[in-house]
Amino acid sequence: MATNNSNKSKIIYTALAWGISGMIFFPILWTLLTSFKTEAEAISANPSLFMFDWTLENYSDVLARSPYFNHFWNSVVISIGSSLLGLIIAIPAAWSMAFVQTKRTKHLLMWMLSTKMLPPVGVLIPIYLMFRDFSLLDTKLGLVIVMTLVNLPIMVWMLYTYFREIPHEILEASRMDGCSIGEEIFHVLLPLALPGIASTLLLNVILAWNEAFWTLILTAANAAPLTAFIASYSSPEGLFYAKLSAASVMAIVPILILGWFSQKQLVRGLSFGAVK
Amino acid sequence: MGSITLKQVTKTFGDVNVIKPIDLQIHDGEFIVFVGPSGCGKSTLLRMIAGLEDTTSGNIDIDGKDATNTPPAKRGLAMVFQSYALYPHMSVRNNIAFPLKRAKVPPAEIEAKIASAAKILNLGDYLDRKPGQLSGGQRQRVAIGRAIVRQPSAFLFDEPLSNLDASLRVNMRLEISELHKTLDTTMIYVTHDQVEAMTMADRIAVFNAGVIEQVGTPLELYQTPVNRFVAGFIGSPKMNFIEVEPVDGNPTSCVGVRPEHLKVTQDKGLWTGKVGVIEHLGSETFLHIHVDGVGPLTLKADGDCPLKYGDNVNLTAPQNKIMHFDAAGKTLPPTPFSGN
Ligand SMILES: Nc1ncnc2c1ncn2[C@@H]1O[C@H](COP(=O)(O)OP(=O)(O)O)[C@@H](O)[C@H]1O
Ligand SMILES: [Mg+2]
Repeated sequence: MATNNSNKSKIIYTALAWGISGMIFFPILWTLLTSFKTEAEAISANPSLFMFDWTLENYSDVLARSPYFNHFWNSVVISIGSSLLGLIIAIPAAWSMAFVQTKRTKHLLMWMLSTKMLPPVGVLIPIYLMFRDFSLLDTKLGLVIVMTLVNLPIMVWMLYTYFREIPHEILEASRMDGCSIGEEIFHVLLPLALPGIASTLLLNVILAWNEAFWTLILTAANAAPLTAFIASYSSPEGLFYAKLSAASVMAIVPILILGWFSQKQLVRGLSFGAVK
Repeated sequence: MGSITLKQVTKTFGDVNVIKPIDLQIHDGEFIVFVGPSGCGKSTLLRMIAGLEDTTSGNIDIDGKDATNTPPAKRGLAMVFQSYALYPHMSVRNNIAFPLKRAKVPPAEIEAKIASAAKILNLGDYLDRKPGQLSGGQRQRVAIGRAIVRQPSAFLFDEPLSNLDASLRVNMRLEISELHKTLDTTMIYVTHDQVEAMTMADRIAVFNAGVIEQVGTPLELYQTPVNRFVAGFIGSPKMNFIEVEPVDGNPTSCVGVRPEHLKVTQDKGLWTGKVGVIEHLGSETFLHIHVDGVGPLTLKADGDCPLKYGDNVNLTAPQNKIMHFDAAGKTLPPTPFSGN
């Protein structure tokens, strides 16, 4: 009886999981399929799922029309650059919040999180003007700075949660053993928190890779990453669904591959240490 | 060298005054134990000596120099934590080498020191394992090994044995005492276990709610406790306390008799009671005796005590073993006691 029951619920849960995953994945699948259609089939009133003339034309068109590899390289520099710079700032910040708590630490953490609740448009004008005055518009450096700032609260929070799991006494032991604060972080904290730091880095690379508000506004031609490359197919000459889809696929494939190979790490990171 | 002087040291967390002003002189080479019930501030004071907590007011001198604001790394002290606090990502060898590497000791010398620590602590077979692959006792040895290689001027232990099982605890207790004799270095040892304190200490400081009630050798504390708290804390089983009505000219409000001084007598005695639960330990017997108007008293008898549950007995104690306390719990000079 008991096993029968748990078998049944196992089947239900599995079906549910597949159903939800299917729902989430369907738009991506549709994009993938559309990228192999002709423009005419892409906007057809009764679209077919698989029965169409498969073509690679969109991909060759897109590659011929835009400098894909430039955009790709910009995306790499911006996402990895901002994540690394963010780590350099977030590690000491999270260290102090996790291990040198004061009465105000909790408030500070909440305040940092609250900046994520602010609509980015709220600071659009000042940031745009500052970028103009510092000549950072359409530069990779400018984008790295903005992406770092945008993701910093998440990085500090994630690292803070990880650091909290590390027994305080181990760090104190290193202090007794003659470590300066830098040595304590470098020799003891970082090796112990390595899985957490890796997850933080990965998640932020993905977030920065997919970010499309600031990247679209602050770049033109030189520093435009793949998000701007996708967007360029949605405007001036009208909509080209098939090419837009091909561009989207080319933009998300690198990050999907990264995500695929690091999924174990990511799941662990995103469960915020809840599962040990 | 390892003499430590605490001068009017205090500690507050927020509004809570955890350490009231404490003065204490710890001599070079002595084994001093901080003992007291849990939550009384022993660990906090030890951590202040280590430099892991800052001192709210007062001064801590180490070897005659003010170290109140010196960072832990610069105090020349070594600490063994209750949780051992080994570096889980390093082998035993690297755990022990860590403080030496930080001190930029030459590699050849590091090797020699690891070898000698491994020999003293029987760690030879485990040097290349990770802490996670060791038993509690072995981890404890590694933690001690990491402490001794630095040749600190004093060792600080915070309840180092409380995570070990009973038999191992007795062994490690002996090993630490032995180590103290070999190294001849100051050791400050925190525990809530008065047996550990009595067996290991040169001197004991008895803590209670952020103050030191008394400092003295184990026998001084046992024989001449300054107050009821110390009298009750030191000794096992605990001293029996009997409330008495204060009479004119005699401020005694309570008398204390240790279980080992309470005797069954054929005469009238001081108290009469009925034998309750009897605990046979083989070498000795603990009798719990219900005395009307006084409550339960514990009596420590020989191993072959013939009394049975329910027997009526008369109890007495030698006058010089009966301690007198006033209403505030302070020990009074002995006066003759003739029962309630
Ligand atoms: N970091 C801290 N913040 C606030 N209170 C603390 C802190 N550390 C210890 N305390 C409090 O100080 C008191 C003494 O603690 P502790 O020194 O650990 O006691 P013991 O080691 O004697 O059991 C306890 O009441 C404890 O709650
Ligand atoms: Mg403690």
